[in-house]
Amino acid sequence: MSSASTAPAFADVTASDAALRRYLHGLPGVDAVGLEARAATLGTRSIKTTAKAYALDLAISMIDLTTLEGADTPGKVRSLCAKGSNPDPTDRTTPQVAAICVYPDMASTAKEALAANGGAGIKVASVATAFPSGRAPLSVKLADTREAVAAGADEIDMVIDRGAFLAGRYGKVFEEIQAVKEACRRPAGSGDGEAAHLKVIFENGELSTYDNIRRASWLAMLAGADFIKTSTGKVAVNATLPNTLLMLEAVRDFRAATGTQIGVKPAGGIRNAKDALRYLVVVNETVGPDWLSPDWFRFGASSLLNDLLMQRQKLNTGRYSGPDYVTVD
Amino acid sequence: MSDESQKAKAKKTAAAPKAAGSGKPAATRTRKPASQAAGASRIPARVDVLKTYKLFVGGKFPRSESGRVYEVTDSQGRWLANAPQSSRKDARDAVVAARKAFGGWSGATAYNRGQILYRVAEMLEGRRAQFTAEVAAAEGLTEAAAAAQVDAAVDRWVWYAGWSDKVAQVVGGANPVAGPFFNLSTPEPTGVVAVLAPQESSFLGLVSVLAPVIVTGNTAVLVPSEKAPLPALSLAEVLATSDVPGGVVNVLSGRTREVGATLAAHQDVNAIDLTGAAGDPGLAKELEAAAADNLKRVRRPEERETDWSADPGTSRLLSCLETKTVWHPMGV
Repeated sequence: MSSASTAPAFADVTASDAALRRYLHGLPGVDAVGLEARAATLGTRSIKTTAKAYALDLAISMIDLTTLEGADTPGKVRSLCAKGSNPDPTDRTTPQVAAICVYPDMASTAKEALAANGGAGIKVASVATAFPSGRAPLSVKLADTREAVAAGADEIDMVIDRGAFLAGRYGKVFEEIQAVKEACRRPAGSGDGEAAHLKVIFENGELSTYDNIRRASWLAMLAGADFIKTSTGKVAVNATLPNTLLMLEAVRDFRAATGTQIGVKPAGGIRNAKDALRYLVVVNETVGPDWLSPDWFRFGASSLLNDLLMQRQKLNTGRYSGPDYVTVD
Repeated sequence: MSDESQKAKAKKTAAAPKAAGSGKPAATRTRKPASQAAGASRIPARVDVLKTYKLFVGGKFPRSESGRVYEVTDSQGRWLANAPQSSRKDARDAVVAARKAFGGWSGATAYNRGQILYRVAEMLEGRRAQFTAEVAAAEGLTEAAAAAQVDAAVDRWVWYAGWSDKVAQVVGGANPVAGPFFNLSTPEPTGVVAVLAPQESSFLGLVSVLAPVIVTGNTAVLVPSEKAPLPALSLAEVLATSDVPGGVVNVLSGRTREVGATLAAHQDVNAIDLTGAAGDPGLAKELEAAAADNLKRVRRPEERETDWSADPGTSRLLSCLETKTVWHPMGV
């Protein structure tokens, strides 16, 4: 097994399938009650006035504005890009979103639309590797990734093979993440930087235990993920506050052990500003302000943006706003 | 009284309704507190089961988000109950609930709406005694006079229920045009309507302003009489058990000025009826100015409290309607 991209401190851990399994099963078990209580306590913090204004703008700038429907059309992707570039046309001080997240075949459309709308600073994220189920041969997953990168995707959101993970074949999952990471490299001289950023989706709802989520976090980080992401948004249980808190603890511990900082992206089920603010509190209290930036924390969401905009309007004008004053997509 | 001490009072009355006959509540109850029972041989009186009045938002009965309540007294100033005192966040939640309910309610057939409202009248009839007692206490009427008010209110509800499938014939229809077109006008509901109910007539007046708004397919956020909100809060219980979808009517008891100001400025409210601001021209003017911001329809209050027993006419029914006109080629 190759361990080229692994931090040297962990070279022995990833040296063989058995060593990897020993390491992951040797991670301390998660105190589920304590985790949920901690998340619930942090969720009660009250964020008001100037802190709220700052948090709302930060949350908007952290959104991966997402459309992952079978019915996506180029028109829909273009309107999403226009919205991400200029979220509130009535208020030019509104920040742009962090990225537009689409299926691979829409990546080039998104790239062009962003350039045309003054959103050149916005990244294009593309899901890949047979999203959302991840049930395809490795060659297909790699081809999927390469196509997305070639189409201009700046970030790749891959799904892990949950079947292999739950069956205990951690080595297979590890190698797959490494292979996809390799496929994220751009050909030399293409001018877009060295490689697309890799986000690894665990689908927490299917991993079913907190211990599994902790193991998946370490597995992905050891394999070279740039970001770890909670879920696809396609199953019943998506991002929850305790899940995200657990993953934040993992990235904190990983940085302490290796010096490498990894980002976290909760996705799915975050629909209103209040929820988003709760997540930001958890980030600040768990890993600190180092992660309070779109480079290290993202929200995978679509309807969240409208609620953030309405809250922003309320804060600026003192009147409650309504859905007539934001674009509905 | 400050909000803090009101909160404390609410807690006290909820936790210890029988506190040794010293608090206001016990003093006004007819049953004697247990501590006053003369001898050990006497059977102790039953402990009063005091009712906690709640708001009605989205088909549920929450307490005010603020935790506040205020004292409601009868016409003689005697304590009746603690009513929730809504905050601006309750108003926000109520508008969200009303907006959510609007699609289903305005899209229901007129026949269906009429049936549901008629059902409300049936349920009101079954609770006649309760409403009579509440109206008598709130307005200082004799039982006979209060019963007459309740009867008139139920009759008015039935009268408005009958309008549901007739209003389109009266204010819509085919328009004559000089061209080969069918030109048809139909009335459509305005949307979410904030209703400040009259301050004096706690039930007949309330029904007379609420029924015409919802019968045409609008959804309502209702701010009942500030000093007599109990009939409105009981009406909410009737609405909750008579097939009216949750969110079609939302009841926010509290200070008319406080809740009214939020609703008037809210960008997702389409119309506001200022009847409840009749006694306060300054407030009415203020709310109308706030409502102008998103061009809400405003129904101005009348100078004096309306005579609610008189024939209401169709004016309220028609004040929250928009006219949609369609041109269609005749194909000749």
